[in-house]
Amino acid sequence: MIGISRDGRAALAYLAPAALVLIGLLGYPIYQLVLISFYDYGQEQVSGGAPLNWLGLGNYAKLLSDSQFWTVLAQTVGFAACCVLGTLLVGAALAVLATRVRAVPRALLFLAALGAWATPTVAGSTVWLFLFDANFGLVNEVLGLQGFSWTYDRWVAFGLVAAQVVWCSFPFVMVTLYAGIKAIPGEVVEAAALDGASVPRTVRSVILPLLRPLLVVVTIQSVIWDFKVFTQIYVMTGGGGVAGGNLVLNVYAYQQAFAASEYGLGSAIGVVMTVLLLGFTAIYLRALRRSGEAL
Amino acid sequence: MKRIALLVAVGALAVAGCAPVQSGPSGGAADEKSGQLRVWLFDEVNRGPKQAVVDQAVKQFQSEHAGVTVDVQYIQISTRAERFKGAFSDPKSAPDVAEFGNTDLAGYVAAGGFAEVGADLDKWPDAKDLSPSILDTAKVGGKVYAVPWYVGVRALYYRTDVFSELGLTPPKTLAELAPLARRIRAAKPDLFGISVGGKYTYGMLPFLWASGGDLASQQGGKFTSAVDSTNGRAGIGRYTELLAEDICPPQQCAQNGGDASVQAFVSGKAAMTIGGDFNRGAMKAGAVSGKYAVVPLPGMTEGSVAPAFAGGNLLGVTKSTAHRTLAVQFLQLLGGKSFQRKMFDAMGNLPTFTDVQRAVAEGDEFERPFVRTLDAGPRFVPATPAWAKIDAQAVLPTMLQQIATKAQDLTAATATAAQHMNEAFGS
Repeated sequence: MIGISRDGRAALAYLAPAALVLIGLLGYPIYQLVLISFYDYGQEQVSGGAPLNWLGLGNYAKLLSDSQFWTVLAQTVGFAACCVLGTLLVGAALAVLATRVRAVPRALLFLAALGAWATPTVAGSTVWLFLFDANFGLVNEVLGLQGFSWTYDRWVAFGLVAAQVVWCSFPFVMVTLYAGIKAIPGEVVEAAALDGASVPRTVRSVILPLLRPLLVVVTIQSVIWDFKVFTQIYVMTGGGGVAGGNLVLNVYAYQQAFAASEYGLGSAIGVVMTVLLLGFTAIYLRALRRSGEAL
Repeated sequence: MKRIALLVAVGALAVAGCAPVQSGPSGGAADEKSGQLRVWLFDEVNRGPKQAVVDQAVKQFQSEHAGVTVDVQYIQISTRAERFKGAFSDPKSAPDVAEFGNTDLAGYVAAGGFAEVGADLDKWPDAKDLSPSILDTAKVGGKVYAVPWYVGVRALYYRTDVFSELGLTPPKTLAELAPLARRIRAAKPDLFGISVGGKYTYGMLPFLWASGGDLASQQGGKFTSAVDSTNGRAGIGRYTELLAEDICPPQQCAQNGGDASVQAFVSGKAAMTIGGDFNRGAMKAGAVSGKYAVVPLPGMTEGSVAPAFAGGNLLGVTKSTAHRTLAVQFLQLLGGKSFQRKMFDAMGNLPTFTDVQRAVAEGDEFERPFVRTLDAGPRFVPATPAWAKIDAQAVLPTMLQQIATKAQDLTAATATAAQHMNEAFGS
């Protein structure tokens, strides 16, 4: 402990419990993930039926040279981007709406949103599938589209799943932003109004800057969630769509690696995803800091 | 900068110094003659009759072996992979005897899960009547690792009311199937000519095999995909021809697996389908009850039968068992002729002994086409752990769906599938 001041030591002591929990719950799994990604690690190796084989970067080389991986990666990024945009727009619009309506409609709005939020993902996905069933679904009944399959065409299927993802993740954005808007002091908005600012101007120059820290949090959260979507795709498109057309990274990792007992390759995909998400978060935070808004 | 260097050094040390967990080689040295024998069997939708037969076997076994108790656990089929992986990784939680699907065998054997029982079968009188093509499904690398408990094969179901109304007879060759199905859909546009699916691999295999193709060829222990051979392509093409607007529209059929394909027939939406003897219960409960008949799926020439996929379940003894002798004895009791017959009476599971099969076919008209299909010689998927990988990666369903949706043509799709299969064989 040479070179660490008394204050520093005290700080370390206070941080130790949290650090232990983080290392145990986050550090160790990530360590294992990275470690396994360097080996040819299948079921035979796990149960001791075959010797371990160090591959170095072999799993990564295999992954990056697979053209399907790049297609799936592009698909995942595009899909996640649409979901994030949709979630933020719907969430923000409804948050604003909630601040403008009376108590009873607001309570109803929150009740509906929290209902969607509280629905388990598998159950929500299945219910959506029932609603959009080709032959017996309510939606096709109402639209008169008997026999139209919503999960057959690649882009229609993506659209349907994206709608479901937005439906089950907008409440988080809505509730957070609603709290944020409510926390903006009334005087600030009033002062802007007295200075003659129009509503759009007030939003742009007063409300949005004040909401910025919250917007950062919900955006990063949404990106991480939507990039890692598994259940909705897996359940609604029957494990990745017709001919694998609706695969996203997580489902791809499951299908190609974990279900096929290729844990080494699966871990490599996991590491790539983690690095991508960490990279995105870092760039985003940095861009914010540069524009003068430290989080 | 220093800190980063330190981190990198520590990281390199951590990676180089350790290896992922491996469980030790499983034991199996002991051979205790008393104590508890643990048995894992698959749970079923309607388990009552199965359990009654198994309980009878347990009772008989316990009365013949003093000091031995048999503990039967019913495990879910959907989570079997995790259960077995767990059991192989931790021998203490493993069963002594287990039921499992024959397509899982090669993977389980490679994982060191099941013990060889070839020598035990040689000394067992019942074993000589085991149907050879079915016993093949219990072999890996020429060695026997299990006793086939029952088989399931698929044949051609057709609607007798539709056929007699249109004055049709079931197809006599595989080439007649598509034109016949087209004719039916033209006359009755609300019916699929034949209900097949883009994910129905086991429905496609008879077309592949009947056309002289195969999934893979084996040379010196090394497998090579054969789906892109001339005959393989012809067979796959003959199947995907059915996934078309004028027979079974891709919009409705491309996403169907075996269950959904049969379900469409059961609910009265199709004039034909490829279904198994194990679908009998569903037929009884469905809209088609009493309005269907079954024939073997015809082969290329009149009177021949397209080779069916020999699906079914095996009973094996785990490598880690501490009761090897008892486990083999229980295997021979539950998997023997007398209890296979009882299982047929209870569950309709087709027996694996040729003489018991014949006895079953004589007494039951429904089973006859299936037993005929078995007699004609069913076939099996490549006996290698790579098959489980190919299955999990959905290589063949993806291929069928690409062709059915015209995303790729037959040549390109089969070539891609062959490439993926060879990667799995090679790893």
